[in-house]
Amino acid sequence: MSAIATKYEVVVGLEVHAQVLTQSKMFCGCSTDYLTAPPNANTCPVCLGLPGSLPVINRRAVEATIRTALALNCEIPEFSKFDRKNYFYPDLPKGYQISQYDLPFSRRGHLDFDVRGAPCRCGITRVHLEEDTGKLLHEGAIHEAQSSLVNFNRSGVPLMEIVSEPDLRSADEAREYVMRLRAILQYIGVNNGDMESGQLRCDANVSLRPAGSSELGTKVEVKNMNSFRAIHRAIEYEVVRQTEVLDSGGRLTQETRGWNDARGLTVSQRTKEFAEDYRYFPEPDLPPLDVSRHWVEEIRAGLPELPAARRERFVAAYGLTPYDASLLTSTRPMAEFFEETVRLGGPAKASANWILGDFSRLLNADHKEIQESSIKPTHLQQLLHLVETGGLSGKMAKQTFDAMYHAPDPAPALAEAKGSSQISGDAELAGLVDQVIAENAKSVADFKAGKEQALKFLIGQAMKLSRGRANPQRLDALLREKIV
Amino acid sequence: MKLFHRTIRDLHQMLRDREISSVELTQSVLDQIQAVGDRTKAYLLVTKELALRQAHAADERLRSKRDVRPLTGIPIALKDVLCVKEVASTAGSKILKGFTPPYSATVVERLEAEGAVFLGKTNCDEFAMGSSNENSGYWPVHNPWGLDRVPGGSSGGSAAAVASGEAIAALGSDTGGSIRQPAALTGIVGLKPTYGRVSRYGLIAFASSLDQIGPMTRDVVDSALLLQAIAGHDPRDSTSSPKPVPDYLATLGDGVKGMRLGVPKEYFVAGMEPAVEQSIRDAIRLLEQQGASIEEVSLPHSDVALPAYYIIAPAEASSNLARYDGVRYGYQAEGARNLIEEYMLTRQQGFGAEVKRRIMLGTYALSSGYYDAYYLQAQKVRTLIIDDFKRAFTKVDALLGATSPTVAFPLGAKTQDPVAMYLNDIITIPANLGNVCAISVPCGLADGLPVGLQVIAPGFREDLALRIAFAFEAATEFHKAQSPLMGAAA
Ligand SMILES: [Zn+2]
Repeated sequence: MSAIATKYEVVVGLEVHAQVLTQSKMFCGCSTDYLTAPPNANTCPVCLGLPGSLPVINRRAVEATIRTALALNCEIPEFSKFDRKNYFYPDLPKGYQISQYDLPFSRRGHLDFDVRGAPCRCGITRVHLEEDTGKLLHEGAIHEAQSSLVNFNRSGVPLMEIVSEPDLRSADEAREYVMRLRAILQYIGVNNGDMESGQLRCDANVSLRPAGSSELGTKVEVKNMNSFRAIHRAIEYEVVRQTEVLDSGGRLTQETRGWNDARGLTVSQRTKEFAEDYRYFPEPDLPPLDVSRHWVEEIRAGLPELPAARRERFVAAYGLTPYDASLLTSTRPMAEFFEETVRLGGPAKASANWILGDFSRLLNADHKEIQESSIKPTHLQQLLHLVETGGLSGKMAKQTFDAMYHAPDPAPALAEAKGSSQISGDAELAGLVDQVIAENAKSVADFKAGKEQALKFLIGQAMKLSRGRANPQRLDALLREKIV
Repeated sequence: MKLFHRTIRDLHQMLRDREISSVELTQSVLDQIQAVGDRTKAYLLVTKELALRQAHAADERLRSKRDVRPLTGIPIALKDVLCVKEVASTAGSKILKGFTPPYSATVVERLEAEGAVFLGKTNCDEFAMGSSNENSGYWPVHNPWGLDRVPGGSSGGSAAAVASGEAIAALGSDTGGSIRQPAALTGIVGLKPTYGRVSRYGLIAFASSLDQIGPMTRDVVDSALLLQAIAGHDPRDSTSSPKPVPDYLATLGDGVKGMRLGVPKEYFVAGMEPAVEQSIRDAIRLLEQQGASIEEVSLPHSDVALPAYYIIAPAEASSNLARYDGVRYGYQAEGARNLIEEYMLTRQQGFGAEVKRRIMLGTYALSSGYYDAYYLQAQKVRTLIIDDFKRAFTKVDALLGATSPTVAFPLGAKTQDPVAMYLNDIITIPANLGNVCAISVPCGLADGLPVGLQVIAPGFREDLALRIAFAFEAATEFHKAQSPLMGAAA
């Protein structure tokens, strides 16, 4: 790979399609639930494209698009419009898709991320809004199928397209870009980030050019990548394939290739010669939109703290390394888990280490997200407290965490750890009791005079000396014994 | 005089006074359809049962005097481009044969709310593309004034129905003259409202930026009554205007005294029949006698309106008609071996020649490399036409001219020459492109065939167009002339 890397420069641009989390579809009142509803249950004349039906814009979808664009540092033009993209396909009931062509809701933004600590910036060409298509179900393989069924539940679901500049220089950068973008979409609540079900989809334009050249090479569009890993593998594969073609004196064809995850390769789907002419023209059924500055500022004011800002704050406020801060902020639930643990009294550094270490390892093995775990910030904080007070060895803590993680309720494992770390033996406690009596003569006298309150104080002092590990019931008994 | 000879206003009074019932009235119209329907071929579908059911319901409403509206119990015909829930709606096309929409157009719902009675779906040029009704996917319509003549198009079925007594009134749609031209050719009143005045929801689209639904009636009062019922904002049509709807009857009788009326010199086009021109000149003089001042004005870009229209309308149509692919509803060709073949066979067999011609024109105009030269250029021309009207309306209140340069021509006369057919719409098209409203009102007969006077008013000034048309109508007897088919029954 290193020889390749010096000879050719890799140029990657990404097109990410993200479904907008709205209750109703882009241009009608139908529910956007297409994953669990029975086929064609959530349809109406509008999303079925029946003759005479007309679209009405879902303002919430527009708002989500502007929200996304603002989070990606885009300009929001004051004037925008929808266009028709014309093509024939059975999952497209009107024979055109309502999309945005030359006046999208936003343009010229950027996304900052880092690859193993090195900062990167990728330009964002545009974020625009369009409608999703229905879904076909073929009887067997597509080329042999004797029949196909079509489900229009997804037809008209709002879909954002986020187009990047060809600024990415490796599969690593591409993967990090998508991870960071996904985090932002989740942070601002516009998309759930689910790549497997297709709610977040990614296409990559991959090309090579001689190192030092500023011209773009022949680009290949890669589709069907359903995970971060697939994005990484597909681009790596394309780089090797394209390098081989160029090295053997061949020429690359501009084409669309599909990633086959099982076989680990890309397969040509169609070449540019058959490229469609989409005959874009302004959608006459929807008047152009004036995007008021007031509205944009309102949306901007409602943006939550974004990953980049949160990372900066984590470094400054908690003394974390930029790398740890970056990982912790990669998803909103993880960042919030960390902050809550710290708020409850967990030491920042140790909290971060546990979340990024054992916790993430266990979650990854189970393909789970942090918010799906039964371990909550309070559990982690209590465990850390036991470690901090010295009652629990590192080894014990790991075992306890493991037990907590695998149990439906982490409390019993935590209680057991607490119990095992408690000092209950009278021999060990005797020294503590003697020390407390010697150092608090006045309280001892008060207790003798009948002030019950004074004994409480003495127990507290002993607890403090034991860093919380002493058994308070035993202390109570021993103190009464000794003072009387 | 039979019931079907009367106007909405008269019949409303009679229904209200319990002089007649809606069932009687409806039956009278159904009888006339029975008597002359096979000669005019005005209807594609007569919804007799639905009509009688609605008539009974209207009578109930009239009897209880509960929410009686001007259209309660009035039998009305609907152009086949309007969707009526569970009633076959085909836009005059074979490709929609068997299609029954699961919903009704907004205008249909509004008429239902008024208690109107639906007689059926009237014939039209396929997808409203045509000026003679000869492009119907089913059969041509014959003009009640001369059965060998066309009724005009594309709302020729609605026009023929109203002119033959087969409906008291009708709804049509007008993209480039499709209400006004057939109204003129059949001697009735046809109004094309301003784009955005009437909801297009449920109107099977031809050219989305130009289509408007409007009334086709026996006289101007009825036109106002019907417009009143269907106009107004609709949240389901984003292009419908939120502007309030005025009370059209309130100003109808205010006359034209002191009004400035312009006569665009460009509207006296080459090829205009001398008898038509004479009728129009006489009509203008009559309005002058009514107290209007007449002046010649210029709409300098009128000559490029037709070519611009034949880019914009087909371009939009090529996209609007893409959905008719045989996959989900309507006609599906048999014997296709794969998807592409199914698309091609369905569309080859389902669409008529004129529709295919316009789909090809529009597809070409939108193609990459041609878009700027055609579609974009046509949109610029449209802006010039809008500006022409704006400039003219700073000088005059409204414009006058012919609706059609000719009277109804014989069936088959222009079917071989699309351009000659397109020239029929030369004086009606600018109003669609210019976002203004226009009405055609009968202004006499030339060689026994009706001539229509066109009154064009600024956008959302239907009140003004109606008022001028009414002033003209009130001073003349032209609207009382009955077609031979209707008169014979008297
Ligand atoms: Zn829907």
